Amino acid sequence: MINGKTYNLILIQLKCYKDNVKRILYIIIFNLVFLNHLQALIEVDITRGNLDPLPIAVSPLHVDIKSENYEGIKIKDLGSNISKIIENNFRGTGLFNPLKKEAFVQKPDIAHLKPRFEDWRLIKAQALVTGKLLIKDQKLKVEFRLWDLTAAQEMTALAFTTTPSNWRRVAHIISDKIYERLTGEEGYFDTRIIYVAESGPKDQRVKKLAIMDQDGSNNKYLTLGNELVLTPRFNPTNQMVTYMSYFRNMPRVYLLDIETGTQEVVGNFPGMTFAPRFSPDGKKIIMSFAKDGNSDIYTMDLDTRVVERITDHSSIDTSPSFSPDGKFIAFNSDRSGLQQIYVMRSDGSNVKRITFGKGIYGTPVWSPRGDLIAFTKMHKGRFYIGVMRIDGTGERLLTENYYQEAPSWSPNGRVLVFYRETKAGEKGEGFSAKLWSIDITGYNERRISTKTDASDPSWSSLLSK
Amino acid sequence: MTLNKNLKNIFLVVFTTLALSACSTAKKSADIDGDVYTGKETVEYLAAGVPDRVFFATNKSSLTTASRATLRKQATFLRKNKNLNVTIEGHADERGTREYNLALGERRANAARDYLMTYGISGKRISVISYGKEKPVNPKSSPLSWSQNRRSVTVKVN
Repeated sequence: MINGKTYNLILIQLKCYKDNVKRILYIIIFNLVFLNHLQALIEVDITRGNLDPLPIAVSPLHVDIKSENYEGIKIKDLGSNISKIIENNFRGTGLFNPLKKEAFVQKPDIAHLKPRFEDWRLIKAQALVTGKLLIKDQKLKVEFRLWDLTAAQEMTALAFTTTPSNWRRVAHIISDKIYERLTGEEGYFDTRIIYVAESGPKDQRVKKLAIMDQDGSNNKYLTLGNELVLTPRFNPTNQMVTYMSYFRNMPRVYLLDIETGTQEVVGNFPGMTFAPRFSPDGKKIIMSFAKDGNSDIYTMDLDTRVVERITDHSSIDTSPSFSPDGKFIAFNSDRSGLQQIYVMRSDGSNVKRITFGKGIYGTPVWSPRGDLIAFTKMHKGRFYIGVMRIDGTGERLLTENYYQEAPSWSPNGRVLVFYRETKAGEKGEGFSAKLWSIDITGYNERRISTKTDASDPSWSSLLSK
Repeated sequence: MTLNKNLKNIFLVVFTTLALSACSTAKKSADIDGDVYTGKETVEYLAAGVPDRVFFATNKSSLTTASRATLRKQATFLRKNKNLNVTIEGHADERGTREYNLALGERRANAARDYLMTYGISGKRISVISYGKEKPVNPKSSPLSWSQNRRSVTVKVN
């Protein structure tokens, strides 16, 4: 076990996507105090539905009076704005119950030095987050501590230095560190979601690529809506996106560099290419190519441009998804008559059907942990999002609705985001498309708020990993 | 007699019920056969008597007898208009996953193209494009509108 007071320095590279200019920012994290792992501290079990969320108090961060103004940032409110983001992240997990600030018993700066544990316990808090911040010389310094109130001790403490405009990401990184400390699992708050923003009537939909932070802020459109765009997906480093576009009425798979805004068609296929995804190493794109009415699965190496045919069957083969080790591919085929899920080796050999339940199955997506496949199931006019083991056993349906599909995994493999559409009336009224998330426990179903209607979400990996 | 009167009432009720149900099935069979749309509500025409579209059953891309008749009319029309090229748009209803529907629309458009080709129309004159479930002709969520949306539409290019 690590013990003692050595300082540990971690450098995290942050990519800034602003103004299409490649700017690299650094966040410096000092591991202030090391923890004694031998002691039994509070722990949150996330492997099952949590009906008794952990009461946690997130104190507003204390703003140092020596702080200077910085363009566009209300320094006075920054401490409570950061704590609000952390609270919102925690509430969204369903695992934590952030307590109301009115009940807080100590001032932020005093609590941050050392909380009066017994007083905080009176308001039924089990964990406390405190912190302070300072903006000086165009730099934002943030420090936070997580306290176990029952054991009356500090669990973790970190300090960050970054550009002040990065303050939202600081709040997400703090949330991730606390989530990791309390659950033993990697967090998923410092992440983004790319999706298709929808507007207009149902039979004349305008669709644009859009990207936002996981909590819905910093929304930005990546295309103008002049052509139909579908199914965007991140590459492993979150700088590239592959998607399908009807640019010039030629439905093809495209590759988009988010930082520079440059895009290109993937490959030189004489027909429709669709359903793209990256390989786990980011070097290949796997997709379907439709020729003479028959869709098969192909890969293209982005460096060598070599195209490989993976399936060769007279049925529809689509929605391919690699296993995280790159050795297998799950996909959708109607070779048995109706849509079912199949798994094969990444060279196309050893094809095995894995779904045999009632109904038809689509959109298999391999979990980043490698243990599960998420899918869409259609049965008796209802749509389900579910998970199963990679051999098709242990099917669990998480949510049922009129129409929903296209699950995408949180980077820690604990949460799925998907889209849901509602029934439309005579002229298309009442129709909506929204993003939702659900834990793989089947609990904690939540709407993800977006500025417009939304579909085809894809979750990034952790940005600061 | 009371008994007779009661019987009469019962017959009346039974008769009306039959008549009503007969009426509703009659309407249904006029527009949908199996679950293939057979009506004319959304249909447009390439020329007088030449419908521009054919309809499909759920998850299917096979052509019905009526679809073949429509496509033969299109073939005759295209033979008469030798300089005309067309695009066949393939569509699916909203009750499937987006990616599968793109493939299904492609398969439907090609089924129509193949049939036109067997009637002597050069493949060079016919391009295909699939829109999957993206461009419904009828936005309502009902079995009737879904059947109208499962279609391939022949569109003049020049």
